[in-house]
Amino acid sequence: MLTYDLEADGLRGLNSSLQRQTIDTNQNNWEVVNPKGSHAIAVGLNAEIEVTVRGSTGYYCGGMNQQALIHVEGSVGPGVAENMMSGVIIVDGDASQYAGATGHGGLLVVKGNASSRCGISMKGIDIVVHGNIGHMSAFMAQAGNLVVCGDAGEALGDSLYEARLFVRGSVKSLGADCIEKGIRPEHTALLQDLLERAESDAKPADFKRYGSARQLYNFDVDRNMTY
Amino acid sequence: MDSKIPRTVPIQSATFTQEVNAEIRRAAATGIYDIRGGGAKRRVPHFDDLLFLGASVSRYPLEGYRERCDTSVTLGTRFAKFPIELDIPITIAGMSFGALSGQAKEALGRGASAAGTSTTTGDGGMTPEERGHSTKLVYQYLPSRYGMSPNDLRKADAIEVVVGQGAKPGGGGMLLGQKISDRVADMRTLPKGIDQRSACRHPDWTGPDDLEIKLLELREITNWEVPIYVKVGGTRPYFDTALAVKAGADVVVLDGMQGGTAATQDVFIEHVGIPTLAVIRPAVRALQDLGVHREVQLIVSGGIRNGADVAKAMALGADAVAIGTAALIALGDNDPKWEAEYQKLGSTAGAYDDWHEGLDPAGITTQNPELAARLDPVDAGRRLRNYLKVMTLEAQTIARACGHNDLRNLEPEDLCALTVEAAAMAQVPLAGTEWYPGKPGTGY
Ligand SMILES: Cc1cc2nc3c(=O)[nH]c(=O)nc-3n(C[C@H](O)[C@H](O)[C@H](O)COP(=O)(O)O)c2cc1C
Repeated sequence: MLTYDLEADGLRGLNSSLQRQTIDTNQNNWEVVNPKGSHAIAVGLNAEIEVTVRGSTGYYCGGMNQQALIHVEGSVGPGVAENMMSGVIIVDGDASQYAGATGHGGLLVVKGNASSRCGISMKGIDIVVHGNIGHMSAFMAQAGNLVVCGDAGEALGDSLYEARLFVRGSVKSLGADCIEKGIRPEHTALLQDLLERAESDAKPADFKRYGSARQLYNFDVDRNMTY
Repeated sequence: MDSKIPRTVPIQSATFTQEVNAEIRRAAATGIYDIRGGGAKRRVPHFDDLLFLGASVSRYPLEGYRERCDTSVTLGTRFAKFPIELDIPITIAGMSFGALSGQAKEALGRGASAAGTSTTTGDGGMTPEERGHSTKLVYQYLPSRYGMSPNDLRKADAIEVVVGQGAKPGGGGMLLGQKISDRVADMRTLPKGIDQRSACRHPDWTGPDDLEIKLLELREITNWEVPIYVKVGGTRPYFDTALAVKAGADVVVLDGMQGGTAATQDVFIEHVGIPTLAVIRPAVRALQDLGVHREVQLIVSGGIRNGADVAKAMALGADAVAIGTAALIALGDNDPKWEAEYQKLGSTAGAYDDWHEGLDPAGITTQNPELAARLDPVDAGRRLRNYLKVMTLEAQTIARACGHNDLRNLEPEDLCALTVEAAAMAQVPLAGTEWYPGKPGTGY
């Protein structure tokens, strides 16, 4: 394992070293020490490497990740895994606002709670939160799956497109055009797989599914107060 | 009634005009606001309200065609490893694939490249055609993040973080279902045929402090190589420019209210934001106050039509301009040759702005394959190149007449204003006087 001391050696050196790794790298196991809440740690990676961050991070940890497995042994600031394309990001602690925002693919696991706007505008990413999520989560979410083992805050899935939302606990309120939908066998299988990969022992049968009522998809004058 | 008694003639109201009344009837019939493309159509103080003074006894001109007048500009000299070098200070503004056809995007790339300038993606992401035909391509980073990919980000020659647009500062985007073809839907990860709303705020940052961190992330992902622009609509240009600089922008793009859009509410286009003429001086003052004028470049857009507009924007302190609407017209938009078809759509050449409906007879603002095929990207690209060359020659003509051997040496002292309003906004004297409203030391 290669150790990178962020405090001593700086962000530029870290990201450029990690971004230089390609398919046939043999430097595929990294640890980052002294992250101390720094922003933009391990962003823009594009190789099957493993990066363990020993501590908490600031904004945009793992932003736009492709292929890499990033494990944060702490909590993360806003925008963790924003626009992730593929790979896996695991956060042992809590995540601040906009976790997984606009993510196109890959898996984000938050073992603690996630704050507001988790999965905002998600476009294919899978997000599993072991705890609760804050208000306005999955706002305008387009595709992918958001799995919440705890509770969801106000206005879940407001202006939702085709993303699937699964919540085990309570939902404070649903946003415009978001409705409860039944769990079909394919959803159980999907949940089972995501929960296993996220190391959660929650049972698929305990979840409810929410999705788009698709009533806002084309402008309708009689609904204009909900826009 | 006694026909000998004189009658009042019918008087149309200046408040309730025919257009206003027609709009009231339209709203009453449909229940939805008017959505359209283009920029503000009302008359606002503009570059036409300024004149160049030209050389005189106190200044001598340069010989047209013989003495040099440089036009090149370098953008992104502040932080980027590879700033963008342009032969001419006129760039093509961001216009989305989705709003425009693939052929139109290709034509913009061809024309811009042949003229030695850059073109810009738009909402919906980067297409291979556009990348392939643009020697210098600016990649827009928008609130919707439709089609946003780090792979495309790394293919870009610059990144433009879009905070706002002059046509709709504070507004999001709209692409109505009619224009969502399979390809557009796929690029945006949305079902075909539904209205696509683009958010008005970025999903993962709010405010200037966050923006600074966002720019850091983008730089880290692109290895600090390419310039980062920040684009804002004209509203509070002094503060927006200062905050963009503080957040770390290499280039500030300011878009005035005449700036075009693909589809926005008419009420938004006509009533939100300030004229292009009014945004430049405050922005330049912000750059000067921060000691970065010319180090952080300023691109101005919104209603730029000819070389005189280019020269005026630059004389007021811009480093370059961007064009949207004018570039589309050069490609063939609103060409009278399609008049019969515009009539069928209830419009007329020059006024056609229902771009959101996807039925553009000129084949530019459409995803309909038959209509789009009307535009030959090679021919249209050539027209755009010609037009860009003409604008540049015009701007050079004016600069030489004012005695400058570089377009960027044009200065406010070369200008005067035709109206008090324009004098106030541009802070140049009313023609024949030494006065403009707010001039320091004049008391009023
Ligand atoms: C058809 C069309 C599509 C546009 N799409 C975008 C866009 O996707 N993103 C953006 O920042 N601005 C967009 N704009 C605005 C232009 O980038 C630019 O600000 C404006 O066109 C400049 O004013 P002008 O049209 O008067 O030259 C669009 C404009 C038009 C006409």
